Amino acid sequence: MSGYPPEMQESIRLVESTRLRRLKETFTAMTLDEREAILKGFHPDYKDETFHAVRLGVSKGQRMPIELAQVVEGRPHIGPDFDVSAPIIETDVLVIGGGGAGASAALLAQEQGAKVTLVTKLRFGDANTMMAQGGIQAADRPQDSPPIHYLDVIGGGHFTNVPELVEALVVDAPFVIKWLEDLGMMFDKEPDGTMMEEHGGGTSRKRMHSARDYSGAEIMRTLRDEVRSREDDITVIEFSPAVELVKDDKGQVIGAVVMNLETEAYHFIKAKAVVMATGGGGRLHYQDFPTTNHYGATADGVVLAYRAGAPLGYLESMQYHPTGAAFPEQIVGLLVTEKVRGLGAQPVNKFGDQFVYPLEPRDVEAAALIRECKERNHGIITLTGQPGVWLDSPMIELIHGPGTIEKALPAMVRQFGRFDIDIAKEPMLVYPTLHYQNGGVRLRADSSTDVPGLFIAGEVSGGVHGHNRLMGNSLLEITVFGRRAGRAAAAHAQQMTWGTPSLEHVAQWNRELEENGIDTGVVAPILLPDYARKG
Amino acid sequence: MGGVMTTEEQSERINLIPIYIMGKQYMVPESLTIMKAMEYAGYTLIRGVGCRGGFCGACGTAYRVLGDPKLYFGLACQTVVQPGMYLAQLPFFPARRAAYHLEDLEATSTQLFSLYPELLRCLGCGACTKACPQELDVRSYMAAGMRGDIAKMADMSFDCIMCGLCAARCPAEEGQYNIAILARRLYGRYMAPRSAHLAERLEEIRAGQFDATMEELKGLDENALKERYKARDIEPK
Ligand SMILES: Cc1cc2nc3c(=O)[nH]c(=O)nc-3n(C[C@H](O)[C@H](O)[C@H](O)COP(=O)(O)OP(=O)(O)OC[C@H]3O[C@@H](n4cnc5c(N)ncnc54)[C@H](O)[C@@H]3O)c2cc1C
Ligand code: SF4
Ligand code: SF4
Ligand code: FES
Repeated sequence: MSGYPPEMQESIRLVESTRLRRLKETFTAMTLDEREAILKGFHPDYKDETFHAVRLGVSKGQRMPIELAQVVEGRPHIGPDFDVSAPIIETDVLVIGGGGAGASAALLAQEQGAKVTLVTKLRFGDANTMMAQGGIQAADRPQDSPPIHYLDVIGGGHFTNVPELVEALVVDAPFVIKWLEDLGMMFDKEPDGTMMEEHGGGTSRKRMHSARDYSGAEIMRTLRDEVRSREDDITVIEFSPAVELVKDDKGQVIGAVVMNLETEAYHFIKAKAVVMATGGGGRLHYQDFPTTNHYGATADGVVLAYRAGAPLGYLESMQYHPTGAAFPEQIVGLLVTEKVRGLGAQPVNKFGDQFVYPLEPRDVEAAALIRECKERNHGIITLTGQPGVWLDSPMIELIHGPGTIEKALPAMVRQFGRFDIDIAKEPMLVYPTLHYQNGGVRLRADSSTDVPGLFIAGEVSGGVHGHNRLMGNSLLEITVFGRRAGRAAAAHAQQMTWGTPSLEHVAQWNRELEENGIDTGVVAPILLPDYARKG
Repeated sequence: MGGVMTTEEQSERINLIPIYIMGKQYMVPESLTIMKAMEYAGYTLIRGVGCRGGFCGACGTAYRVLGDPKLYFGLACQTVVQPGMYLAQLPFFPARRAAYHLEDLEATSTQLFSLYPELLRCLGCGACTKACPQELDVRSYMAAGMRGDIAKMADMSFDCIMCGLCAARCPAEEGQYNIAILARRLYGRYMAPRSAHLAERLEEIRAGQFDATMEELKGLDENALKERYKARDIEPK
């Protein structure tokens, strides 16, 4: 039985009729000029009317999606008179965010002798890291090298990346793979130990390491288990999101105010150094796009770090993953991993024709899908009005042999199988979905920021990927910079001296809001999206 | 999200069905997942929700369907509602986790049994397998563990999202998912074949083999970088 309605099945017949021919011919890749033209015409980042230049703070004028600007320009949860004289916890390093970046930071800080407290919004590991399927890049094969990786990263990011950050990313990469392996992560390997590595969008070498299609989950649960093994030194507090950073009269960050999500009580946690690792903001649903992100992805770290005085960057570009599920309705927006294209599946239109090289950089690929549906009307429109094109997954079995899909993409098989769609036999309908925050809080190569005592790691940061991240470089970023942040925060904790706790930055923020007549009506960070139907 | 529509307009277009959330009846659209149905009913979720995509195991749910004697299990974010569903969220089920430091362990059956002696008490009843929303054969991976076959336990349990539904059903009070992650970590660290090319690359980096090229690349201006980028040779598929 097919989970697709008859109209869609008709189009699937066309896709099948061209499949053998398409196996032999792949659509050619775009030139740099063609890429630029399609981005300008069809990528959501180029819809000027959906952007807003932020009106206060150190990065005044930074453009960002309106929905993000509303929270960045929001009102704080607590006032400047909140009592910061009596912390409920004192620790060396406070890590905010229990995803892959936060867990890595906690481990490395602990290894430097620091006592660590990690606070997180939901459960430890309820995070974007857990959802990553495709894999993690590292140049560790003889035909590859860190410099080649460097070029891929910078070209993918449209030559806007910060060079020192890219260097850190690609040079640390092989070490991170080794670190994860020593922690017991199970990478996909040949029997002789050779890593199984694939291409990803925008890579010139096969360097995507994977753990079936649970790559992020495997990283997350391994790191989490290791954090739990070190409970004498690392305390994890769940359901306690940070709502404000606390500074002292010397201008250093010395902790954070967290909210108990259930009682809504606020508490001060005092720390010698703070690592911000709160991830991205897909749940702000820019331009009404659905998202692949977890429930707690509301850009909190950008809001908090910015109010404390840390500059932002690269937030005018968001990543829309080219292939979000477009059918069935229940899973619209969820990710169809790029690995599907990496293994050879082509995007094709409702006539069964190719229209784009399958592995363009993500922004280009997404723009091409949008053009195919919106301008050319060559997409399928589902019963709920959702456009989409086919991703011809059955090709994978023709290329790599029967059973490949079951083995390489179990999560995908399961997700579609629940709705009677066998992706080894039928293609999937896909459309771009809001996926990743390319920009965020600016950082240096050691993860420090312009604000002493504040360190940044992971999706919350900006600069590593320039204006466009390539798949597999984010799981890499969170481990590379998570580790660097943990190390740097522990070092800062050893030599800092306390000043007097102060919320002067909150007072100043409120003054600036008032002087500029800004009132977005939002108390930020918003912590959770509002999906409950009222009334 | 969605446009402006009155409830009446909605129910004309959408088929509403009754479900029971902790005993209370709500009418919800039949196409929703359990999670979205709860939000439709007015709940703001804090517990029992994480990734919303079937990866984090936060949303384990037990349910019955009116007139059906069976007890069912599923993930709230992945299971579509049915008429007459009685739902109970099981966002967390406590299970013992042994204290260990991986680097001090050995990948042996003795090690597994000493950290988790309860492993040997598994009755082989299969209640866990029936409850697993990932359709893992939990009973068999436990059996592999009892035989001391760490590699097999690691392989068979790989897709576990640690939702705890198996533990909730187990008459022998096992914490299957905690034992399984230990098996996977033992396998990954001690049993998986090591990769020679990775070790070589680490040596090359330590020896400074790429330092000069990296410095050069960092110093290039945008145009020069673009030329290099365009000139890359692409490794065939
Ligand atoms: C579906 C999906 C697939 C992906 N696939 C890949 C892939 O194949 N390869 C790749 O490289 N990348 C991939 N990515 C991207 C990558 O997974 C993420 O960018 C990365 O994991 C982010 O890690 P992080 O630690 O920075 O943030 P997260 O993992 O999101 O962790 C942030 C944590 O902070 C918590 N938090 C948020 N706000 C607060 C607050 N105010 N106080 C306390 N805690 C807070 C969150 O709840 C969360 O637990 C994917 C992403 C998604 C969503
Ligand atoms: S439910 Fe418990 S006792 Fe029964 S097979 Fe599973 S682990 Fe063994
Ligand atoms: S094995 Fe247990 S914890 Fe793991 S997914 Fe299945 S039911 Fe959930
Ligand atoms: S919310 Fe993560 S598995 Fe359902």
